[in-house]
Amino acid sequence: MTVDISIRICGQAGQGIQSISAAMGKVFIRHGYYVFINNDVESRIRGGHNFDQVRVGHEPVNAVNDKVDLLIALDAETRDADLPYLKDDGVMIYDDEKPATDSKNPHHIPIPLEKLASKAGGSKIMANTVATGAAFALLKFELQPLQDHLKEVFGDKGKAVIHQNQTCAEAGYRFVQQHFKGNFPYPLDTGKFQRNKMLLNGSQAMALGAICSGLKFYSGYPMSPSTGIMEFIAALGKEHHIIMEPAEDEISAVNMVIGASFAGARAMTATSGGGFCLMVEALGLAGMTETPVVVINAQRPGPSTGLPTRTEQSDLKFTIHAGHGEFPRAVFAPGNAELAFFAVSKAFNLADRYQTPVIILTDQHLNDSFSTVDGFDLDQITIDRGNILNDKDFSSASDYKRYALDKSGVSPRIIPGRTEAVLYADSDEHTEAGHITESAAVRNRMHKKRMAKLKGLRKEMNAPEIYPSRKGDIILLGWGSTCGALKEAVDQMNSQDMSTRLIHFSEIYPFPECDFSEIISDHTKIISVENNYSGQFADIFSHETGLAISHKILKFDGRPFTAHEIISVVKERL
Amino acid sequence: MVSLEDFYSDDPIAWCPGCGNFSILKSLKQAFVDLGKKPHEIVIVSGIGQAPKTPHYLRCNAFNGLHGRTLPVATGVKLANHELTVLAQGGDGDGYGEGGNHFIHAMRRNVDITYLVHNNQVYGLTKGQTSPTSGEGFVTRTTPQGSVNRPINPLLLAIASDCSFVARGFAGEIDHLSELIRKGITHKGFALIDILQSCVSFNRVNTFKWYKDRVYRIDEDPEYDPKNRLMAFEKAAEWGEKIPIGIIYSTDRPALNSQIPAIKDEPLVKQRVDPSDFVDIFEMFR
Repeated sequence: MTVDISIRICGQAGQGIQSISAAMGKVFIRHGYYVFINNDVESRIRGGHNFDQVRVGHEPVNAVNDKVDLLIALDAETRDADLPYLKDDGVMIYDDEKPATDSKNPHHIPIPLEKLASKAGGSKIMANTVATGAAFALLKFELQPLQDHLKEVFGDKGKAVIHQNQTCAEAGYRFVQQHFKGNFPYPLDTGKFQRNKMLLNGSQAMALGAICSGLKFYSGYPMSPSTGIMEFIAALGKEHHIIMEPAEDEISAVNMVIGASFAGARAMTATSGGGFCLMVEALGLAGMTETPVVVINAQRPGPSTGLPTRTEQSDLKFTIHAGHGEFPRAVFAPGNAELAFFAVSKAFNLADRYQTPVIILTDQHLNDSFSTVDGFDLDQITIDRGNILNDKDFSSASDYKRYALDKSGVSPRIIPGRTEAVLYADSDEHTEAGHITESAAVRNRMHKKRMAKLKGLRKEMNAPEIYPSRKGDIILLGWGSTCGALKEAVDQMNSQDMSTRLIHFSEIYPFPECDFSEIISDHTKIISVENNYSGQFADIFSHETGLAISHKILKFDGRPFTAHEIISVVKERL
Repeated sequence: MVSLEDFYSDDPIAWCPGCGNFSILKSLKQAFVDLGKKPHEIVIVSGIGQAPKTPHYLRCNAFNGLHGRTLPVATGVKLANHELTVLAQGGDGDGYGEGGNHFIHAMRRNVDITYLVHNNQVYGLTKGQTSPTSGEGFVTRTTPQGSVNRPINPLLLAIASDCSFVARGFAGEIDHLSELIRKGITHKGFALIDILQSCVSFNRVNTFKWYKDRVYRIDEDPEYDPKNRLMAFEKAAEWGEKIPIGIIYSTDRPALNSQIPAIKDEPLVKQRVDPSDFVDIFEMFR
């Protein structure tokens, strides 16, 4: 039987929910499973209602499920809030020391989590480890891989801490073995140990993509959900010779990045919508001075502070148009962590080759969710710094002109200090030499030169993914992080005799050259699915292709789509 | 050998005749010559205003960026390639108004750059509005009844931030100013040089003569010790009948760029990266 189960761990912030999901994720991928974990957390340090949802399958899993098979409730309040999400035949573990339920359901299993933790580990804070052990027992997964994981995780904290945690895990495991007389319907076979899969979130994937592409300088200001990127780069900075400079604000961050890039280092920053607003002034600066920069905008629901820890796709039109005046840029919106890794690499090459900003538009769902990747092929990464001149390329250094006119719009750059030549970069309109000008004729030439880059950039954009290849009367249209849920919806609709296919864009601006005449006829219904209120991508798609959107499925409550949710709306509308 | 001719630029100068910027430009070129710096070894990052046009009028690498954002860009340049001599340059509105937050944090970082602030106590390029350093009662188009705000004292702010080199120069004393710029560049850390300068078009109060009658050189006082922070506070607070110029405060503390392990061996821009070097980086996720 093909396994596809979902486990929700709920509790207050500070109860160690993520330690449980991380343990499950790591152990399961090491035993051949695919894992997808999404975080649903409140913007607070302690308390509240938070959960992680771990989906485990034999086949790749890339989206959230509506209902869960196993609920691990670390406190009473969240238990009551999440119980409705437990399937009818699902099992719940909860702490019977917390206010009791009047549940007579034999699949609701009271376990004295904190009491066992105090007894076995010496502290009730290890209740999460007891719960992990209990969950492993319910899943009929062997205990040893979990014990090995705990040893690895607490390795640097000493033998005593490892032992306490392992004792707690075992206490939970044995308790379930002794007391649970029911039947958990979805056991996980332990299988063989292997280390051929990776589990990582979108922030980590993008940070890795940047590092493998030669990132040398990063500056940022913490803002959910982008912070994971800067923390990861900071952690690896020493080993891989990367500077991560914490900025006083996002304005400073992006300007530092522009300075480092001007000086010749590959440089990047990341932020979320509010911080991106502050960076907009400097985007134009990069466009005007023709300085390569890569900016990640990890969206969260706005406007203003919005829902800081949740997901939305509402910055699309803003990101495409951000800035006063006109300048060329490229905007990517990768569909998953693997695509995001390579998107960063491509972004660096395009930024360098076209000497202009490239923005990667992600969201909390992509940045924070962990997914399973078989691996990243480094042979697919090339580092192309674009047209850079050295002394041997000049007859006379004093003849060098930074903004020499060229049909492509791209003028060769120099790295300051590396040649005898000097360059003038200016945010004012400037001559080919880079000096300030008021000339109408020069203005026209220079503006056309810069904007000509859009033509080249458009050719670089990948066409959308069409999935699956066979025909479909219904087209689901999406972009960015909804990819996983949409593919799952398409698979399920096809299995229910609703002939459906997906058009998914991971590269958005300049809008890629694409021809849909083969797959779209007058009878095709195009349904756009987006995490925003107004259907921003639907507008862009219609504008660019002339194709009409039949229906829009829009969601802006800060939560990611599930396949089930998409399908029920499609059925309702058609 | 480097000479003044090496710094010649053919870009026509757009300043008002009699502007203090001409003297500052001269001091700057002289400082580079005295230090033996070649044009391609220098990067000047400037903001927006009349002062930030300066780099166009000499030969060097220049990044004329946004109003108020000079210091982050200059910091990025220096961290990417600390072998370059990096200066930032702007006016009082640029540095103490729009860029105030960056100013405080650049001093905190102590990155090894030299910051020249052409301080004429008025907005010039936008044609005569009040600035963060305008005196109380100063009448402009935006303060027709006279400014009621207390002016920023950039030197006090800098000493409070433990800026590692705090100096004030006067555009009317070219050799002295040039010496301050030279010392600021040689100083290992963030060097602020606030430069008093008259605006012939929009400041009829703080004129060349007004400054000339008031400034005096503190380096002529053998008792003055710029390493003494309390003494420096007292000196920096002096404004009115007498205005001190010279090195007001200096302290030895490591520059940011000297403390980062990533650039201990060579600047970022000299480091070569091959994607195949990273095969092991993925292990932690398996």
